[in-house]
Amino acid sequence: MRVSLFITCYNDTLFPETGRAVVTVLERLGVGIDFNPQQTCCGQMHANTGFRAEAFSLAKRFIRLYRDTEAVVIPSSSCVAMIRDQYPGLVEELGDSALSNELRALLPRVYELSEFLIDRLGVEDVGAYFPHRVTYHASCHGLRALHLSDRPARLLAKVRGLDLVPLANLDRCCGFGGTFAVKNGEVSSAMLAAKLQDVTATRAEFCTALDNSCLMHLGGALHRQFLGMRTIHMAEILASTEASSTGAGA
Amino acid sequence: MSHTGYRPVLDPAIAPPFPDAALPVLRNPQLRKNVAHAIDVIQNKRGRLVEEKQDWQALRTAAAAIRTHALENLGTYLEQFEERCTAAGGVVHWASDAADARHIILELLREENASEVIKIKTMTSAEIQLNPHLEGAGVKVFETDLAEIILQLGEDEPSHIVVPALHVNRSQVREIFARRMGIENLSDDPQALTAAARSYLRRKFLSVPTAIGGANFLIAETGAVAVVESEGNGRMCLTLPKTMITIAGIEKVLPRYQDLEVMLQVLARSATGERMNPYTSLWTGVTPGDGPQRFHVILLDNGRSQILARRTERQTLRCIRCAACMNACPVYRQTGGHAYGSVYPGPIGAILTPQLTQMHHAQSLPYASSLCGACYEVCPVKINIPEVLIELRSQVTDQERKQVRRIFDPMYLGLRMANLLFSRAWLFHAAQRMGRLALGFFTRKDGWIHALPSVGAKWTQTRDLRGLPKQTFHTWWAARESASSKIGDGEAR
Repeated sequence: MRVSLFITCYNDTLFPETGRAVVTVLERLGVGIDFNPQQTCCGQMHANTGFRAEAFSLAKRFIRLYRDTEAVVIPSSSCVAMIRDQYPGLVEELGDSALSNELRALLPRVYELSEFLIDRLGVEDVGAYFPHRVTYHASCHGLRALHLSDRPARLLAKVRGLDLVPLANLDRCCGFGGTFAVKNGEVSSAMLAAKLQDVTATRAEFCTALDNSCLMHLGGALHRQFLGMRTIHMAEILASTEASSTGAGA
Repeated sequence: MSHTGYRPVLDPAIAPPFPDAALPVLRNPQLRKNVAHAIDVIQNKRGRLVEEKQDWQALRTAAAAIRTHALENLGTYLEQFEERCTAAGGVVHWASDAADARHIILELLREENASEVIKIKTMTSAEIQLNPHLEGAGVKVFETDLAEIILQLGEDEPSHIVVPALHVNRSQVREIFARRMGIENLSDDPQALTAAARSYLRRKFLSVPTAIGGANFLIAETGAVAVVESEGNGRMCLTLPKTMITIAGIEKVLPRYQDLEVMLQVLARSATGERMNPYTSLWTGVTPGDGPQRFHVILLDNGRSQILARRTERQTLRCIRCAACMNACPVYRQTGGHAYGSVYPGPIGAILTPQLTQMHHAQSLPYASSLCGACYEVCPVKINIPEVLIELRSQVTDQERKQVRRIFDPMYLGLRMANLLFSRAWLFHAAQRMGRLALGFFTRKDGWIHALPSVGAKWTQTRDLRGLPKQTFHTWWAARESASSKIGDGEAR
């Protein structure tokens, strides 16, 4: 089968290693990959900040770029949540029935990475090796919008050498929230401080998640405070093998 | 200045924006500790009781359906309520806004020659700022809910809709009671504190003949008013006074008596983590020789019919004021309730308050959320609060983008610019290159950005940002594609 990657705007710009890791994992599993270089952004930041007119144009753009694909794989829960939960409302408001039909046909083929691996490919063991102590942060969108449930844990459980440490208060937001992190910078930082207490209490080497947005938030504070823990997108853990594990993550 | 160290302002017309109002709380470790502790206690109790309820999701669905049906037929059920309540000897008044409601209440009190009133905790009276207006008109107001007494005596404001003094701990309560009730040697033992409140209250219950309360539900079928409470003060206010005045929002109506079966189950578990609340009082009009002989119900609109007219926002009115959303909210956990500048704090306040002011005030509240969805998950009537927050944000943006000063607002500039860049891949890619150059000036040798100007400073005040990597994903992909096609060409030859 062939999948189309949607790498998302901030992953493309800030975390290209995540996209490369997705390619590594999928190719190892024998999946053919397309990447449409016209892709940019799903419009989540605009929609969530109240710039609906701007979100309309980006939603339309996404649907047109991906309507003919077999499956779309996205290594970001919050962008998948945007497409799944907010696009239908936006498109309905536009009143474009052709676009609405295209979206309805496309949505069942849009997958978050862990959904694609487990639900579509039926794979839990992707042949990864990552000999480190790791804790998993369930991002709010992964947890409550996509209901990823135990999918991430099932994937991590099959990574050889990996020691998974549970994170307390797993369902509590890290305080990122997109523009919330700057519009309400102080409140966001207070939420982050509370999350960091739980994260550092795990004494893990790595904190992983399926959203680089949360990880950018957590990682920025871990780095600022010299806390000796790094963040890593789960795709990069799943991409590591005995041959590649020397320079794990970023 | 009260024991909080700041003066809370709960009037959306004059309250500072949420990010500013949050600062004094964020800088008050004792208050934050009190809030987090109290929330943890309630959340744990709620969690256990929801878990034991196998049909919890079905109950939520039923509760949401009952409330939705009531709202869709609100006019019919309100008229039915008025008819049945009147037939039972009650008097129903209609108030279009806060001033109207206050006027009606003051007129009723004048008819009674009342110089004092006792009160059951009611959010609706707080919404119309009844107490200061009554005091201003020379009527002394005595709250009878324990938490409301603490706040009234401590010259503080409520920070939660179910547990209004949640931000005050018991040693602070002891100090307030000792000072204001003139009790020496009062211990901070909860029993001693409630005993002090009880003897203070008994005198009022026995001497004040007029009571004001709210309603958790109005029953259209019977004309009954339902009040749910934990302390028995509501029961006292209902039975002892000669006159009972109830003020309730028009959305509080339920079609049938039987609907309470569902609503009371979800309310008690969601609000206080109890299977059943200790006191559930229902009364219908006047019964000669038993309870209040004059019974008034004021039905308050105050912006509600306008909320009802809007498709996405309408669900806000399903709310049964259980406060589960604020207990689950990670933002409220840090800021407590005062930061919301309204008697309705937390996620429900963030959507209700701006709507009650017709979006004239509290425009910062729809942004006081990370959209984590915890509120929606716990809401017993399934209000999709994040969805309404996003809807209100777009209304705020539509208002603001017409303002001249927004032309140079970095947030507006940035988001409009981003939209333009995302409309063409080549523009986006050019912007990435320029961004890397620009951010390069701020990137240290370790590859991280430690300080940024303007909006960026809001990020770097507490967080570093990794510098932009040299190669984006799409340039890596393009290089890989062209390399593999060259290999492919070579093989073909």
